[in-house]
Amino acid sequence: MAEESLITDEMRAVIGVESEPWTLEVDKTSIRMFARAVGYTDPVFYDEAFARSKGFRALPAPPHYLGTPVFNPATSDPTFGGPRGTNPAARVRHNLKRVLNGGTDIEYFDTVYAGDVLTATSKVADISERQGSIGRMLITVSETTYRRDGQVVAIARGTIINY
Amino acid sequence: MTAATEPQQLYFEDVQEGQQIELRVTPTTQQLVQWAAASGDFYQIHYDKDFAISTGLPGVIVHGALKHALLGRMLWEWIRYAGRIKRWAVSYRGMDVPGQEMICRGRVTGKRVQDGQYLVDLEIWTENPQGQRTTPGTATVILPSRG
Repeated sequence: MAEESLITDEMRAVIGVESEPWTLEVDKTSIRMFARAVGYTDPVFYDEAFARSKGFRALPAPPHYLGTPVFNPATSDPTFGGPRGTNPAARVRHNLKRVLNGGTDIEYFDTVYAGDVLTATSKVADISERQGSIGRMLITVSETTYRRDGQVVAIARGTIINY
Repeated sequence: MTAATEPQQLYFEDVQEGQQIELRVTPTTQQLVQWAAASGDFYQIHYDKDFAISTGLPGVIVHGALKHALLGRMLWEWIRYAGRIKRWAVSYRGMDVPGQEMICRGRVTGKRVQDGQYLVDLEIWTENPQGQRTTPGTATVILPSRG
């Protein structure tokens, strides 16, 4: 006998619903800090003159770095720093207790630079379920679109597994 | 600051299907703290051993996103300044722990020209000392052409 689906109509209703936009800043200090954390020794992330000599208009953001959300203690998530209520996966209501980070997918449409101010919006792109070794899993893919002056510079997709 | 031995620019014509790249790293707890600050992810399983154990983990674990970023570093250091990463996607299949070597690897699976862009596709992954692929995925990079 087939088990009842984990996916409810209420969950399906949130698919595709865009969040309110939020602002992220990319600056020299945060680029150097990020590059240092990933272990880069490449001067292009630290030395502005060097970056310009390689054809970049400012320090480029290292791969994966899409800015830091402007922090506001009244409205930001204390653990993850982003604005509360914009995490699309949190809009999918369920009773599963445990959570895993399932994956990350970033697609670039342009280079991100120090000095950029990005605007992001997010949505649940897909919800699916699967039987795995850890039991029944609810798989939520969220999609965040980053824009600079209205132009899309990157789309990040994240997979959250609840089980 | 100067680059001691600056690598040559990689061109589309230099790349062969089956070609392999790698970046060997051993994340430390210090690096996990640096990553927490740089990424803004202060989830305690990545720096507080007691907290991590209380959630059933063996100890602190490497952030999934850091592994994605390290695979991005492997690609960046390969394609050089005139190349661009178009897309890279991974699944977090296994945990990696600090103090243990993690080898980031890539293998070229194809080359193509699309919309005037010279594209190289790769399979990418991180590998633990047991040889398990803890973070498998795919990537596409854009390279300059000598053509």
